[in-house]
Amino acid sequence: MSYLTKQTLRSWFFATDHKRIGILYLITILFFFTIASVAAAMMRIELITPQGDFVTNETYNKLFTLHGVLMVWFFLIPSIPAVLGNFVLPLMLGARDVAFPRLNLLSWYIFIAGGTLALWSLLHGGVDTGWTFYTPYSSTYANGHVVSMAMGIFVAGLSSILTGLNFIVTTHKMRAPGLTWFRLPLFVWSLYATALIMVLATPVLAITLGLVCLERFWGVGIFDPRLGGDPVLFQHLFWFYSHPAVYIMILPGMGVVSELITCFARKRVFGYSWIACSSMAIALLGFVVWGHHMFVTSQSVFAGIVFSLLSYMVSVPSAIKVFNWTATLHKGSITFDTPMLYALGFIGLFTIGGLTGLFLAALGFDVHVTDTYFVVAHFHYIMVGGMVMAFMGGLHFWWPKITGRTFPELTGKIAAWTTFLGFNLTFFPQFILGYLGMPRRYHAYPPEFQFFHVLSTAGASILAVGYFMPFCYLLWSLKWGSVATSNPWKATGLEWQTPSPPPEHNFAEVPTVLNGPYDYDAAKNTFCPQTEEGYV
Amino acid sequence: MSDRRAESALSDQFESVEQQHGADLFGMWIFLATEVMFFGGLLVAYAVYRHAYPHGFDLASHRLSVVFGTVDTAVLLCSSLTMVLAVRALRLGQRLPSIALLLATATLGCGFLVLHGTEYYHEWQEHLVPGRYFQFEGPHLTEAQLFFWLYFALTGLHSFHVIIGVVLMLVLAASVFERRLDAERYIALEVSGLYWHFVDIVWVFLFPLLYLIGLR
Repeated sequence: MSYLTKQTLRSWFFATDHKRIGILYLITILFFFTIASVAAAMMRIELITPQGDFVTNETYNKLFTLHGVLMVWFFLIPSIPAVLGNFVLPLMLGARDVAFPRLNLLSWYIFIAGGTLALWSLLHGGVDTGWTFYTPYSSTYANGHVVSMAMGIFVAGLSSILTGLNFIVTTHKMRAPGLTWFRLPLFVWSLYATALIMVLATPVLAITLGLVCLERFWGVGIFDPRLGGDPVLFQHLFWFYSHPAVYIMILPGMGVVSELITCFARKRVFGYSWIACSSMAIALLGFVVWGHHMFVTSQSVFAGIVFSLLSYMVSVPSAIKVFNWTATLHKGSITFDTPMLYALGFIGLFTIGGLTGLFLAALGFDVHVTDTYFVVAHFHYIMVGGMVMAFMGGLHFWWPKITGRTFPELTGKIAAWTTFLGFNLTFFPQFILGYLGMPRRYHAYPPEFQFFHVLSTAGASILAVGYFMPFCYLLWSLKWGSVATSNPWKATGLEWQTPSPPPEHNFAEVPTVLNGPYDYDAAKNTFCPQTEEGYV
Repeated sequence: MSDRRAESALSDQFESVEQQHGADLFGMWIFLATEVMFFGGLLVAYAVYRHAYPHGFDLASHRLSVVFGTVDTAVLLCSSLTMVLAVRALRLGQRLPSIALLLATATLGCGFLVLHGTEYYHEWQEHLVPGRYFQFEGPHLTEAQLFFWLYFALTGLHSFHVIIGVVLMLVLAASVFERRLDAERYIALEVSGLYWHFVDIVWVFLFPLLYLIGLR
């Protein structure tokens, strides 16, 4: 009996099954993604002409705040961990469920509560502080619903902490017999690293936003310059969370891509332990680089130099991953199925995003492009070009497992190409705009920038088509897609050793792991699942 | 198998009681790690401003009552002792002593809250609550206000944790009374004990940082 057999409202809203909770998250985050995308579309329409004619500057401020807040906290952070991670992690570990299933459901309800608060603030006039809530503007001067929006993020943060906690304990305590740490799939490693960040960084954001709320309520506070308080302290605390949060928004994507590349190259992953350890290195180094967001604040030049050097260091484990993926492709027997197209797109886009990150880590260059479209383009290459591509790749890869249906392959490939082209056309011109001096967060601009803005808006409309297509054909496949086998991609992981869709408790009996995760042979075109004696 | 599960309250997802207990304890440790970071944000703010305004902070700290603070500390430390004894009693199967010790822990927690509430009341009367009515003699008015803002934020957050702890103790006492917890199924008590000790340790840091700084 598959986990989807029971179809009552009760069976969904009181589901403690990690697979159902993953689907609940999927529906929820797609809802927020749609709202945030509409905000982005309105911004792009405004920016077609140099004059501010489509929306007022106040509305524009609210639009980019809404877009940032919803995309970061209500889409990207829960995207791969809470949807794909929730669904796949216990399956990959050979476990019946996560360690705390009821806590897992609670964290979804908490997420909904946080989302409701955020939507309430939106419907009552919105917030215009930007997603960064810089003080003293947010704490003293802003007129919007800063308190309810910040509380919404606070609550959503609690949900993310509980998910992280669940994942860490599950990975430690729920592994099937024989599944040693260095036999774990790389997706598990990346989720583990992500969970560490969620658990250790999110509370700092929570207390910081809490302090901003208290300051607004009370009328005085510790970021208040009138008391000798330091508004820049807010930026330190905020980025202490938000820089690691950037890695929450990329590490799980790297994990997904590691799975896809090795499966579709039919080759053992190159440098398994290096990729695994580089996830941990990124998580740890991510905690000591926050100052690179603050090169133009009152931070000392010495601190700036140190943060600049540390930021360069993060590029080492990231580059290890990119080189290892490339080496895995070398002499592989590559097929270009839809998930693989997304994964290859990820590698290219992440490399561009990562390299421009190095430009921004350089003190001198960063001063030139601070708060310009260069920064906007850089982090969209990581977050959208990286994370969303990986999310789409992973969703297509595990779709047969989640639903028991396959999607139409050709349409899938067309959508992947459309997304890739649309994305580049949207964001590559923004690098040039930023370099030429176009500041971010303005709704009007000098006419000489119009050419690049029009290109970007054109790209955004193509990108929208690229996102809309999977939405349609994946829904279509639920009813009309052909029935999936238990292992349609001929992959080695434990999640493919159980029927599609899996039974309620995942495995008829607890699997025993006898093999490493990626025992593929490109030359002979064979593979050996983790449950069988192999060479790894 | 289902009988064994029902007997030991083993949840579906686990293979053995040891695995379940290990997961429960480990989960609480991870949660406490997030709590450390949660208080840590505020303590960083404290450290920054203490470093920036050492004199103002000393003067402001002198307005707090060391006697009250010491009694607070003693009460909380005693409650940690009763907590740990309650866990021991339950594991030895001594049901009623365990309930009594849990109630003692809750009472001591309430005692702490009453004492601290009294302190808040005094500070309110002395116009030490930051805001329009804040009064402080001498040139360090704004800095003292910053100190008291941090004082109320830190102790308020801590007291909130104590309140949750007290409620937890009462729930646990009821569970032991109704025999939902016993010598075999004690893990909820042990996990809550970890939480209570954490709350205690936070106070052990707050007491010197807020009450004892600066030579008197």
